[in-house]
Amino acid sequence: MANLTVALDQSVDIRDSRPRFYGLRRLARKMVKDRLALFAFIFLILIFLMSILAPLISPYDPTTGDIFNRLKAPGVSPGHILGTDALGRDMVSRLIWGGRVSLRVGFITVVFSSAVGVFLGLLAGYAGGKTDTIIMGLVDIQFAFPGMLVALVFVMVLGPSELHLIEAFAFNGWMVFARLARSLVVTFRDGPMVEAAKAIGVRPIKVMLKHILPNILAPITTLFVLEVARIIGAEAMMSFLGYGIQPPTASWGLMIGEGRTYFPMAWWLIIYPGILVAATVLALNVFSNWLTTAVDPLQKGQSG
Amino acid sequence: MAQYILRKLLGAVVVIAGVSLLVFILTRVIGNPVDVMLPLNATAADRVRLAHQLGIDKPILTQLGEFITGVFHGNFGESWYEQQPALSVALERLPFTLELSGIAMALALIFAIPLGVLSALRPRSLLDKVTSTLSMFGICVPNFWLGLVLILIFANTLHWLPTSGVGDWRYLVLPAITMAVLPLGRITQIVRTAMLEQLREPYVVTARSKGLLEFWVVVRHALKNAGISIVTMSGWELGRIIAGYAIAIEAVFGLPGIGSLVVDSIGQQDFPLIQALTFVIATCITLINLLIDMTYPFFNPRLKFK
Repeated sequence: MANLTVALDQSVDIRDSRPRFYGLRRLARKMVKDRLALFAFIFLILIFLMSILAPLISPYDPTTGDIFNRLKAPGVSPGHILGTDALGRDMVSRLIWGGRVSLRVGFITVVFSSAVGVFLGLLAGYAGGKTDTIIMGLVDIQFAFPGMLVALVFVMVLGPSELHLIEAFAFNGWMVFARLARSLVVTFRDGPMVEAAKAIGVRPIKVMLKHILPNILAPITTLFVLEVARIIGAEAMMSFLGYGIQPPTASWGLMIGEGRTYFPMAWWLIIYPGILVAATVLALNVFSNWLTTAVDPLQKGQSG
Repeated sequence: MAQYILRKLLGAVVVIAGVSLLVFILTRVIGNPVDVMLPLNATAADRVRLAHQLGIDKPILTQLGEFITGVFHGNFGESWYEQQPALSVALERLPFTLELSGIAMALALIFAIPLGVLSALRPRSLLDKVTSTLSMFGICVPNFWLGLVLILIFANTLHWLPTSGVGDWRYLVLPAITMAVLPLGRITQIVRTAMLEQLREPYVVTARSKGLLEFWVVVRHALKNAGISIVTMSGWELGRIIAGYAIAIEAVFGLPGIGSLVVDSIGQQDFPLIQALTFVIATCITLINLLIDMTYPFFNPRLKFK
């Protein structure tokens, strides 16, 4: 009986020593203190709500044009607060629907790339030896890859579409997660917690997923947010070049690409979508920075 | 030393071969250029003739064999649209992009290093806050969009600079600035972080206590030790410029570099040219990475090429 209590006590200690998320209330208090992070968070929530509620709040259909209302400047035509594009489509509606596409591509891509990357990273770090050498060799090769170029070729060959864009980006994005996960696993692998789990005969796959993964989730979450930001920027660039989201669907990058022909006279065609891309990417970056310091107090001061 | 370089070179060859093979598989196995090159009403005979002419009707392994033998002779086949050797078409465009990215990189470093060092010396000062905010913006603004906005302001509205195309130095101002903004932001951040780390080290205290001028403490001791992270990040950014930013920025400014050629060749499904371009770009990136590795012992003599 005495032995059992000791074991329990120890397990509590080990649990407390791991860097994990603070209580939600504490996180909320920290958020309010950090003005910039608070703004970023509120902005992100607004963008999310806008994307989810697009069918309800969008004043017009984003793909139906109005020949008589082409290229109207903001405020000129009643009912089109931010003006209309070259086909007479309402800018506000297209911006709202465009956010939906950007967020969808960003999140779905990173869900896949992080799942694959984290799993391979865990495997490499936990198994070590040859497995480690092979997986990390692949990671090194991927890091030296001209990612955007490969994505362009990929999308060209398969035909530009949202699905192929996601596949191309996920293929180019898994290795950052693999490298991070591996570096974190290595610090845990030889710790008492994993040793204990192994000693009582837990299967390796379960050790990896139930005992190691929860402990490294915090840094992976911050990388996840950063990657979503990067993919949103990349999607904008590919769509801008014409190899991403295809017309008539609205996407911020595509809107900039379509507006390019007219922009010397019609600045609103490119300014608004560009600001939204920049602001969303910025907000995700600020939020990720804040998350890093909030969940891991040791990093305090690093981000200023 | 020789062994170290050999191993790195081997790694570089693996990467270049990997990229080339991937693009080969993508274009030859999955893609079909005949559909793109011929009008919709082309007959089956036309298709067969064109496929034969392009050499894509042979078994895939034969094509791969021919491709690999070709590469060793520096021969990527003829560009389908330019009717010239693909490799020379690609190499012809390379110097322009290298020049532009060199200017952009120099611009980024000239501002990033002093700004990063000064921010690290006075953390939380006004300068630090302004620099941090601006570098964050630089990282987040999509650069192709920034290019368009700069054209709108400085070319279309103020008429100070030309909108696009090539000519004297004034044509390079906006593209170079557009290209420099993202690396500027990233390098400033890395300089600041690396310097903050180094300035906490005991050797800095020693240097100060022996009466060395603060300028030399910072430049000769701290900055030199921070050098590895700065050079690594700069090299990565240079690689990203050539393989990524240049594609969109050259398209925005209508510049005749390798980036706009990438967009054109992909639009035309010019397989040999795409293959040659990926080879050239992958080689550039791996060479840059190799050069970065070579500089490490200068910053830290303990890293004597193991």
